[in-house]
Amino acid sequence: MKPAPFGYHAPADVAEATALLSELGDDAKVLAGGQSLVPMMALRLARPEQVVDVNRVAGLGGVRRENGTLVVGATTRHVALERDPVVAAAVPLLARAAPYIGHFQIRNRGTLGGSLAHADAAAELPAVARALDAEFELAGPDGTRRVAAAAFFRTLFTTALEPDELLVAVRFPIWRPRSGFAVAEVARRHGDFALAGAVCGVQVDAGRISRVAIGLIGMGSVPLRAEAVERSLTGSEAAALDLDDVGAQAVAGTDPPSDVHAGTHYRAKVGAALVARALSTALKEADHG
Amino acid sequence: MAEITATQDAGTEMEVALTVNGEARRVRVEPRKTLADTLREDLGLTGTHLGCEHGVCGACTVLLDGAAVRACLVFAVQAEGAEVTTIEGLAADADSLTAVQRAFREHHGLQCGFCTPGFVLSVTAFLRDNPAPGEEEIRDGLSGNLCRCTGYQGIIRAVKAAAEEMGRR
Repeated sequence: MKPAPFGYHAPADVAEATALLSELGDDAKVLAGGQSLVPMMALRLARPEQVVDVNRVAGLGGVRRENGTLVVGATTRHVALERDPVVAAAVPLLARAAPYIGHFQIRNRGTLGGSLAHADAAAELPAVARALDAEFELAGPDGTRRVAAAAFFRTLFTTALEPDELLVAVRFPIWRPRSGFAVAEVARRHGDFALAGAVCGVQVDAGRISRVAIGLIGMGSVPLRAEAVERSLTGSEAAALDLDDVGAQAVAGTDPPSDVHAGTHYRAKVGAALVARALSTALKEADHG
Repeated sequence: MAEITATQDAGTEMEVALTVNGEARRVRVEPRKTLADTLREDLGLTGTHLGCEHGVCGACTVLLDGAAVRACLVFAVQAEGAEVTTIEGLAADADSLTAVQRAFREHHGLQCGFCTPGFVLSVTAFLRDNPAPGEEEIRDGLSGNLCRCTGYQGIIRAVKAAAEEMGRR
């Protein structure tokens, strides 16, 4: 047995889960799909004294449309994001990002909420949530609060979740049909964390960009959104864009990490190229009428 | 479900009831014991192999309620009430191997055999969900399992052959 000993709790509903988290405090860790936490426990990089397994919490999985948003339950597994036609129709970017996550065995187990709460800036789902300005629903002992993606991701592996709070659902805005979406990333092997990547959504009216979202994967300590570029693109003619220039602007001012696989400068160059590629693909898909 | 929702202190063993290869089983395990260790040590099913023990190599792949998962990333206590299929559960004996098992044997899909149970279970689930995969899909479907002997070419041929055979039936 490789992980250190821990006490195990499997609450049946959200109230029981938050009561447990509140009682156990800093000693407790929430276990969802376990595809990041359990490896960390096996390597003893994480040694929680108490584990609160949310897999049996009622009502935490599944997707539904509600007031122009797609509400995705926290324990919805990646495989559902990949295959559920409701997800593909409402938030295509989620369905297209999902196949990039690990391998199919990982996606059978890993969850949306787990990935977002783990908050790895090199992962796909945090970038999608940030780009689309998703809203996070956090349940605590005193009720539920909602936090925007920009405020949820604080810094490396750190979120706005308090120790007694549970991420219960994430609300993704549903864009109008005929928008274009794309994911582009470079990884050393398929299924590895990306060296760099970009996710993109775009809407075009009468040849001009009317709405655009650009998220960056692995380009900083949190998932980033190229907001200045989005503002400058809005209203401009889609056919006249210099995409290489847009890519360069999107990564300007970022400080991507450096490791044995890629240095900061290389990651920025790749990131710029991937923004151009994702935007180009999304523009092709979008109806320009 | 009462015993599952109860608070358990670290080190305390818990009773888990699960179905393994169609048979109802009961084990007493510490919460930190993975499903892979439990299958091997408590249930004697040593066909589930452990390579990296942190979710990279895929040697411990089993079917959990039909889905291929890494048994080293699931704690046995989480499998309460679940149905688990291991390599031992695929064929009753050497004469009744599944199409996937036969194809691995016939197309040199294994050499030392260490990674093979994980590959066979992954491919079994993969072909169930995608019965007529293209070459790229096969490579993608195999990417979650590591083999250090074959160089993968025999494994890819085995998956193609198994898909063809299953398609004919």
